Amino acid sequence: MASKGFVLSRLPGFNAIAIGVFVALYLPIGMLVVYSFNAGKSVASWEGFSLQWYAVAWANDAVKDATIRSLYLALSAAVISTLLATLAALGTTRRAAFKGQTFIYVMINQPLMVPEIVSAVALLIFFAMIKQATGYAGMGYLIAAHAAFCIPFAYLPIRARLEGMDLTLETAASDLYASSWQTFRFVTLPLLLPGIFAGMMLAFVTSLDDVVITVFVKSAGQDTLPTYMLGQIRRQVTAEINAISTVLLALTVALLTLFFLLTRKKD
Amino acid sequence: MTQTIAVEARNVVKAFGHADTAVRALDDVSVQIRKGEFFTLLGPSGCGKTTLLRLIAGFEMPSGGTILLEGADITTLPPNKRPVNTVFQSYALFPHLTVAQNIGFGLEMLGRPKSEVQATTARMLALVKLEAMANRKTSQLSGGQQQRVALARALAPSPKVLLLDEPLSALDLKLRKEMQIELKRLQLETGITFIFVTHDQEEALTMSDRIGVMSAGKLQQVGPPKEIYNHPVNRFVASFIGETNFLPASRDGDRYRLDCGIKIAAPASNAARVTLTIRPEQVRLVAETEADALPAKITNLVYFGTDTHCHAALLDGTEVVARLQSPASGDAGLAVGQSVGLRFVPEAIQVLED
Repeated sequence: MASKGFVLSRLPGFNAIAIGVFVALYLPIGMLVVYSFNAGKSVASWEGFSLQWYAVAWANDAVKDATIRSLYLALSAAVISTLLATLAALGTTRRAAFKGQTFIYVMINQPLMVPEIVSAVALLIFFAMIKQATGYAGMGYLIAAHAAFCIPFAYLPIRARLEGMDLTLETAASDLYASSWQTFRFVTLPLLLPGIFAGMMLAFVTSLDDVVITVFVKSAGQDTLPTYMLGQIRRQVTAEINAISTVLLALTVALLTLFFLLTRKKD
Repeated sequence: MTQTIAVEARNVVKAFGHADTAVRALDDVSVQIRKGEFFTLLGPSGCGKTTLLRLIAGFEMPSGGTILLEGADITTLPPNKRPVNTVFQSYALFPHLTVAQNIGFGLEMLGRPKSEVQATTARMLALVKLEAMANRKTSQLSGGQQQRVALARALAPSPKVLLLDEPLSALDLKLRKEMQIELKRLQLETGITFIFVTHDQEEALTMSDRIGVMSAGKLQQVGPPKEIYNHPVNRFVASFIGETNFLPASRDGDRYRLDCGIKIAAPASNAARVTLTIRPEQVRLVAETEADALPAKITNLVYFGTDTHCHAALLDGTEVVARLQSPASGDAGLAVGQSVGLRFVPEAIQVLED
């Protein structure tokens, strides 16, 4: 017995617990997807298959408007945060260890630790002051806020990729007459690209999904898809929300699948 | 004539760590490596041989001393400014580039015209016999093929010196033997100075024009393989290169008295206390009754195929190993416990002063 060691899957009830957890996780999402194809108005009783709620959502200008804003915001935030995260990752891995390195890690990952509601309130007050001083009320505030909390999501996969990279490759490039810039341009960057794309996708999905900070920071008429849905649900729950959620879900699953394909280790 | 010296290290010191706790990886090393020669740095791991190679490549800066390339001081030049290329132990091939792009990398970085890069790459592919693999990714190649790409990549920019950091250690025995011959051929064909680092003494003996034996951050001896093998300057070199027998002895007139009490002839020396060394293949087994033979008792017989190692104890217990060629019958007629006589050819004995 002892020689076999500890095997988790042999514990009593392992299968039951595993199945229970998966049901709890995915059954509600499954219901949401199923009812987005419901022919009736109800979100509780099935009345036959139909794509009508997708048509309703597609025809809704408010939904279109919020979707375009969401995509624009997520893309801007993802690009900015990935650029900054790449520089941060290079700075924390491609030089000799320095005093306060751990402190820097913590600072970069701070948005993961600080309660989102605290950041939201802080940003609300801070941006209100800037708004008053400058009179600017555009998308810049949302983009800046989203870019900031997306940095750790972009930083972590890029840093992991850099740390896994064989430093001898960069030594070899310099041995073969490459300057520091050429080494970065022709060796480090091409090898880092999958990590950069993975980080960008993670940042994109994180921004796309955000409600708390967006609600606090947005000006009037700057609804994103999640804040629009939140507003709708306060009035009445319709199957149209199910349809929008299902599309968002599909987009996220597609992006995360791509993320896993990119970060998967090649043997 | 400085022209005949490719690389020279003058009083090079390399210390790692800080002040009191610093470790001297290289301790005042001076060596001249001649143009066009196959020079091997040989020593156990941690002896400083790779550190010396990295200093010549420019990956690290010495703590003291000077490194010269064809007479010019290159001590503080960065690696990309040195006309020296390296074959890495791990090959360090660029995984995102094809075989041909890997080989052309150095020339591309030097900004050579495309036609020259292509022509040289083609010539290098032919030199290492990988023409068919030009457009493959390096991950699709076998270990031996990756090794050849690494060689071609380092040779393509026609460096003044090629540095090889234990490049054969990852290959299996058969492939290693093939690559040893291949390396020697490439060195002769290109005429480039090779500095080869290894811990494998057989590799060093078979390929090198000259060997530098290193231990504890110091060069112990520099010379051609035969000289290193036949005339080691100290105990470390004698024991690291090949197998050998150590016999403590005292000088007694023009002969030496072994600790077992028997006097034998050997080359002259000034010291009173010495260690005589003799290679196992120079020890003859004779009848114990023969005149001048050292009486001994066989303690062990180890069969190696082509030859048999016969371990025998002298009267005071000192063990001597004799290497005997296996006879056609397969049976040398020896047995453990048997009394025999040992005889050394005086010229084959090395005298190390303790």
